[in-house]
Amino acid sequence: MIKKTAIATALAAAALVPLTQAQAAEYAIDTEGQHAFIQFKISHLGFSYILGSFEDFSGSLRYDPENLEDSAANLEVDVTSLTSNHAERDKHIKSDDFLDTGEYPTATFTSTGFTPSGDNEGVMSGELTLHGETNAIEMPVTLLGEGEDPWGNYRAGFEGSTILVLEDYGIDMSQFPEAMHELELYVTFEGIRQ
Amino acid sequence: MWKNTRHGWGLASILLHWLGALAIIGLFALGWWMTGLDYYDRWYNLGPWWHRSVGMLLLLATLVRLGWRFVQPTPEAKGHRLERVAAHLGHLGLYVSMLVVLVSGYLISTAEGQGIDVFDAFEVPALISGLSNQATLAGQVHWYSALALILLSVGHALAALKHHWVDRNDVLTRMVDPRRSRRP
Repeated sequence: MIKKTAIATALAAAALVPLTQAQAAEYAIDTEGQHAFIQFKISHLGFSYILGSFEDFSGSLRYDPENLEDSAANLEVDVTSLTSNHAERDKHIKSDDFLDTGEYPTATFTSTGFTPSGDNEGVMSGELTLHGETNAIEMPVTLLGEGEDPWGNYRAGFEGSTILVLEDYGIDMSQFPEAMHELELYVTFEGIRQ
Repeated sequence: MWKNTRHGWGLASILLHWLGALAIIGLFALGWWMTGLDYYDRWYNLGPWWHRSVGMLLLLATLVRLGWRFVQPTPEAKGHRLERVAAHLGHLGLYVSMLVVLVSGYLISTAEGQGIDVFDAFEVPALISGLSNQATLAGQVHWYSALALILLSVGHALAALKHHWVDRNDVLTRMVDPRRSRRP
């Protein structure tokens, strides 16, 4: 008896999914469950790469499969939370030699448009503010997957990456080799539908 | 010889005092110089390695020194009442700034959980790490407390010279000669 009820409930819930999916398109980035990462990758003297990440950020996504052009993303990043697993290096990166987090503790991304480019793919355009300088950037993004999670929420996950030229953000890398003048920014976010 | 009396400092205190003075001046100069080094300088990594290594040994020596100070008699202060109060406050300031500068330096390097290598001989483990923006904030404390320590040290040295040349008492010589602790 209990089993039958459970199945009936599950079926009813499944039937409702397409309806709610079409209505709600707002997602909160799951920073609490740590299913979201903002990472960077920059050359070290042309020999190898330094990988690092920003640990504290928050943001929201808008994703509606019926209305992809309306997709949006807004992020606020605590730049002081940068880590590359080396305290002294991170202190140096955050000093006024580079990111100057005392003066510019926050970085933001505000999307301005989205262009679908194929199955589960598109290009997110937006304004990135870092080190007090704002530039328009484009980031190719991919929908990795979506669906009901085991705990009663609906999730959608994305990834994207782009190249940032540090000079565009007023960060002087002139004493370093050419290979270090730009970095790759990689993000992956899981959104929980609100 | 080794122990303090009310009249003078024993050899243990004298050695700890002058080794500390030497290390503090050396660390300040090294710290000042190394933070301005170019990334391509040969000393870019070696300077901090010396600074961390000597700093950790000095932290250890300072803890021993404070422990010794508490269990040993302290030679009596000299001069007018106001002078003696100023001396006690100055010494307190020196000890506090020494501890703050050493601990804050330790907190910079250990901010993300890595220990501090001391002359490739042993590692001081990270005890406190992961505080919000730890390395940067500890770095600011490190700089200002180092500045305070150097200024207090200059005042300390001037006061000692004043005792020696103006007051003509043995405040300076008793920090050089352990035999003065044995006089009645």
